[in-house]
Amino acid sequence: MIGELGQLALCFALALSLVMAVSGLMGARAPAAAARRTANSAALGFLVFVVLAFGVLTYAFVISDFSVALVANHSHTLKPLVYKISGVWGNHEGSMLLWILVLALYAGLVAVLQRGGERLTSAALGVQGLLAAAFILFILFTSNPFLRLDPAPFEGAGLMPLLQDPGLAMHPPMLYAGYVGLSAAFSYAAAAMMVGEEGWARAARPFMLIAWIALTCGIALGSWWAYYELGWGGFWGWDPVENASLMPWLIATALLHSALATEKSGAFRTWTLLLAIAGFSMSLIGTFLVRSGVITSVHAFASDPTRGFFMMILIALAIVGALGLFAWRAPTLQGGAAFSSVSRETTLLLNNVFLVAVCACVFVGTLYPLVLDAISGTKISVGPPYYALTFAPIFFVLLLLVPFGPQLGWKRGDLKAVWRTLYPALGLAAVAAITVLAIVSPRGLGATGAFAVAGWLIGASVIDIRKRKGARASAFAAALAHAGLAITLMGVAGATAWRSEALTVVAPGQKLTVGPYTLRFDGVTREKGPNYLADRAHIALMDGDKVRATLLPEHRFYPAEGQDMSDTAIHTTGLRDLYLALGDDRGGGRFALRVYVSPLAPLIWLGGLVMALGGMLSLWGRLRAREGAPQPAAPAMAQAAE
Amino acid sequence: MNAKKKRRLAFVAALLAAGAAVAGVIVYGLGQNTMYFRSPSDIAAKQVGEGVAFRLGGLVEMGSVKHGSGAEVHFRVTDGKSSVPANFNGVLPALFREGQGVVATGSMNGNGTFVAKEVLAKHDEKYMPPEVVDALKRSGRWQEGNP
Repeated sequence: MIGELGQLALCFALALSLVMAVSGLMGARAPAAAARRTANSAALGFLVFVVLAFGVLTYAFVISDFSVALVANHSHTLKPLVYKISGVWGNHEGSMLLWILVLALYAGLVAVLQRGGERLTSAALGVQGLLAAAFILFILFTSNPFLRLDPAPFEGAGLMPLLQDPGLAMHPPMLYAGYVGLSAAFSYAAAAMMVGEEGWARAARPFMLIAWIALTCGIALGSWWAYYELGWGGFWGWDPVENASLMPWLIATALLHSALATEKSGAFRTWTLLLAIAGFSMSLIGTFLVRSGVITSVHAFASDPTRGFFMMILIALAIVGALGLFAWRAPTLQGGAAFSSVSRETTLLLNNVFLVAVCACVFVGTLYPLVLDAISGTKISVGPPYYALTFAPIFFVLLLLVPFGPQLGWKRGDLKAVWRTLYPALGLAAVAAITVLAIVSPRGLGATGAFAVAGWLIGASVIDIRKRKGARASAFAAALAHAGLAITLMGVAGATAWRSEALTVVAPGQKLTVGPYTLRFDGVTREKGPNYLADRAHIALMDGDKVRATLLPEHRFYPAEGQDMSDTAIHTTGLRDLYLALGDDRGGGRFALRVYVSPLAPLIWLGGLVMALGGMLSLWGRLRAREGAPQPAAPAMAQAAE
Repeated sequence: MNAKKKRRLAFVAALLAAGAAVAGVIVYGLGQNTMYFRSPSDIAAKQVGEGVAFRLGGLVEMGSVKHGSGAEVHFRVTDGKSSVPANFNGVLPALFREGQGVVATGSMNGNGTFVAKEVLAKHDEKYMPPEVVDALKRSGRWQEGNP
């Protein structure tokens, strides 16, 4: 019964998304006010039915209704409740339903907020409706989550243990909120091309911000999960799956900056449209790469080639459709406004050029092996050294330029005045570089450069915040986001350059020293978790003869899934992580043990959080400012508005 | 040519130059840093230079895993036709088992032994690295539906 209810809700959602598409697009014409009202109601109705379908599936997971095939294949009665719920999106079908749920939430938000003119909103809803209909069709025909199983099995197959983790329970919804949030920017851009309205960048900005914040958090969560869960102590492996989430983030970051210029000074009009299309295209390509099974990883759920094929058609239609609209309509739109070569627009342009360039590096590195395999059957892999050679230097130059942007005025800036403002930051950069070079690590050139840049960025952020004293809180958003970038950079540099590790076999009672830590191995006990058995190592962190802390890394076996997994133990001071992973049993109470000391590692995710906070501050300022209310005018902005 | 056109031309030229520079960096980076995948049969058929990094994939041969001193592990990787001895100094992934799929990154040493820098095992009992499936198919040891 439950399954049929979900299926029915999904069918109603499909019908309403089609109504939304047709009436929304009709409402793009001036006289069609009735169509616009219909589109708004359809968007809300669509949201209600998608929530219903998703709720039904979640309920089936929570009560372990194994007559639903998806639940039987991916859940288990003994699984803790939170992982029963996260199991809803821990598989292909459920994750696609989550995708649609997020799309529906954004469509509802577009309908409720009514940002921009009513024709623009209506056309945007129409495009959202088209996307929604296409994806619901995809689900119903290739990945129906409500298929039944008769007879229902007594017990389910369980969820992959690697995915039974609180960080990972939150990671997919976050990432999807980002991926699909770019669909709102995409829809607004397409709508702007249909209606010919210029104010779309301002109307779509909250959606871009939400998407960017969610992507930032999602990537940080994924990286954190990989760090503590996979047991190799790394936080980023340039894995295709990681790259698939990084590419939309890079384009979304470029879009945020370019749209700001479009909104404030009228520059880069067509370019911003193109970026909005590119951002969502990257999301679609990312979803395809991750979900279709062309890349093998924990994320590859779909092994059915028809799904991959259907998905590819969908993506091609969306991208080609949008680019076709662009080619047809862009020439009729007003061109970008002019600006002097020393101005904020120039720095935003450079920002965009560099971000698109690093995105191209990631794109080629990710897709080249796939294309080569498809063409010639040669199997190659592109690893971290490629990114160290391409991504890193380009991104480094971009970081050098970041502090100039917020200090320069729109249209025409004064470089000398900017130097006068920023030189203390240069001092901070020098201090950071000398400190690193002289005291901490005389050999680490990369780390020295990274810390110098981080000092430069943080110094500039502090100067920026001081300069804007008394302004609204949202004026600090950019400073905060840029400082977050610097914090992440320090974390990455520290954890990469100064990491120490030990791989040993330890016997009970044995002591070992790694970096500044002394550890004592106190043996292994057998433990029983809710749905696993574990070998739990007891390792004392010594302070002289006293035990400062006990760390308990585990080697777990999940009988329901028939899988082994290692559960790491991390002792952190906030500035340095001690990281333990238990290896295999070597007999006689001896175990293999992996120890990493990662200085500054926690800063990597702290920086991500600070960046996201910057985004939230900006979003808060946007939503508080009433539509049409005068903008708080810095002198340069007032000049731009003339 | 008016000022606006001139500006636009300079802009396009600068963008093209930037694009060309990025393309150059990418091509150079790819040329330096791609790693090939090889099966044990590939290695038997054609010798791989000492110290050239590549990815080796196949099954961990039954009865071949031996622990050396410290964290050192010796094992053989097979595709049913040929097999290659491998050394790894480190902690193996939790899913590393005899008779199951494995992919390792590393290079050959002078004695014809593969020195692994990194060992990846499959994620669960149903999943097999596609390169390994391919290698097993090529050596004729793959049975459909029965990995």
